[in-house]
Amino acid sequence: MTIASERFVDAAPVARKRVSLAALLDRQSVFSWLMMALPLAFLAALVGYPFFYGILLSLEDRPVAHTGTFVGLKNFIADAHDPVFWRVAINTFIYTGVATFLKMVGGLGLALAMNQHFKMKNLVRALLLLPFIVPTVLSTVAWLWMLDPAFSVVNRMLVALGWPKPGPSWLGDPTLAMVSIIIINTWRGLPFYGITLLAGLQTVPAELYEAASIDGAGGWARFRYVTLPLLRPIILIVTLFSVIFTFADFQLIYVLTHGGPANATQLFATYAFDIAMGAGQLGLGASVALAMLPALALLIVALTIYLRRE
Amino acid sequence: MVSGESRIRQAVRVWLPIGFFIVLALFPFYWMAITSIKPNSELYNKNVMPLIVHAPTLKHYVDLLTQSSFLLWTWNTMLVAVVSTAISLVLGTMLAYPLARMRFAGASLIAMTIAAIYLVPQPLLFIPLADLINRLNLGNTLTAVILTYPTMLVPFCAWLLLGYFKTVPKELEEAARIDGASRVQTMWKIFLPLCTPGFISAGIFAFTLSQNEFLYALIFLTKSSVRTVPVGVIAELIRGDVFYWGQLMAGALLGSIPVAIIYSFFVEHYVAGLTAGSVKA
Repeated sequence: MTIASERFVDAAPVARKRVSLAALLDRQSVFSWLMMALPLAFLAALVGYPFFYGILLSLEDRPVAHTGTFVGLKNFIADAHDPVFWRVAINTFIYTGVATFLKMVGGLGLALAMNQHFKMKNLVRALLLLPFIVPTVLSTVAWLWMLDPAFSVVNRMLVALGWPKPGPSWLGDPTLAMVSIIIINTWRGLPFYGITLLAGLQTVPAELYEAASIDGAGGWARFRYVTLPLLRPIILIVTLFSVIFTFADFQLIYVLTHGGPANATQLFATYAFDIAMGAGQLGLGASVALAMLPALALLIVALTIYLRRE
Repeated sequence: MVSGESRIRQAVRVWLPIGFFIVLALFPFYWMAITSIKPNSELYNKNVMPLIVHAPTLKHYVDLLTQSSFLLWTWNTMLVAVVSTAISLVLGTMLAYPLARMRFAGASLIAMTIAAIYLVPQPLLFIPLADLINRLNLGNTLTAVILTYPTMLVPFCAWLLLGYFKTVPKELEEAARIDGASRVQTMWKIFLPLCTPGFISAGIFAFTLSQNEFLYALIFLTKSSVRTVPVGVIAELIRGDVFYWGQLMAGALLGSIPVAIIYSFFVEHYVAGLTAGSVKA
């Protein structure tokens, strides 16, 4: 205590003295800010600056390789009058909503199935996580081939089971294309839900189940009144995480459908890409990307606050 | 004593759902693998039973390695993943250590900002970043992605390491301080060596995320010689004619193998990292 206050007195008023430099560096706040300066500067330059620059771009008419002219909210007004934009908004919400629901229910099922006693559990868990760790683009390309219009293995199996030839046109029909991308997103994300929820399940004390059983609770009642309430915080965090990244998904759609047929699977990210990189309209593209911001900001703030409570 | 019948029922209750999930999870990889070793005469013949290989061949692999720049893309991908992972671990530690151990004004604001940045998805930033990379004349250089990948990886590593650092007991550091070690010495010599498992978790995640990245690489790297595997496979192996699936699946499989190998060695660390953020609550 005394040592600390002496050091403080030493360091502050007579910083010119050579001894005090070491003491100054030893102060927690000085040490911390010096340590964090480089990474914070990096993030400010490559996240902070692009973020605000993106907002500026969205207010400009800015063809690629030209200088921009400030046009105010013209890009956003153009978006509001663009029927494709509204289609994109609806698509994004359907995609995010349905895929999240499927991943949550399927992930819970996977976690419950894994939360039993059986051999080779670690091996099974490692195998089940593969869809989540393999680079998305590469596994999506396998799905593209599985749903190929001419040689789809899925359709060949369906036909073998009695489905009328040639089987569904998975990526050619607008509704089925949306169904396909939702299924593949679910396939990839489900292990993340399952394994995280499994870790949560394993923290539920066995006594609680025993107590519930003694009180006459059946399987469903134990799940409904013991498991679910205890899992709620984890379910919430996992869901928020996954909603953010599903909402802004790009890779899967780019590889499977490019947003087609006729914009039926176009999401905000792919549409912004088409406008900015395809048509070269950086300003208009930035405005489409920024249209994600309100919903994303809400989710990010909610999750940040929730994580911090921990 | 468990009777025979109930043991069978038990096994069905375990393996029926587990089997369903395993088949679902692994079939696309199985399909990828057998496609890559089927001759074209089997791939494009609807009268051949598709689920097994009748006359396996390595032709697609030979074609892939000799006719495309796949090996170069693999080298690029590895280089980018290793360098950006290393950068991110160093910068992440420089953020996480003060936040985990020091008391100073603004600490919780910084921690929240880092969490928020981690959650910002790339599609929100790619247009301004593309323009920035152009203005810096970094288009078609690996520097472009080595600089931009850490924008996602640094906040991520910092967040994961922060959680890990907090679980390390403080006594050793306090003892070192009493013995007169400076803060840097304490951190470097006493604290960081204790945190190897945390670095492995964060490192594997960062490496996997770098290998998985697609959007920035797609925009910044348009020349074949600088492409990464995901972009090379999508941009160059999907061609106008129909008969490219064997090579494409060979590329997808080979591209997945580095991640799968690293993952299989460190699966426990990976799962620990995966669940760290969410289960603490």
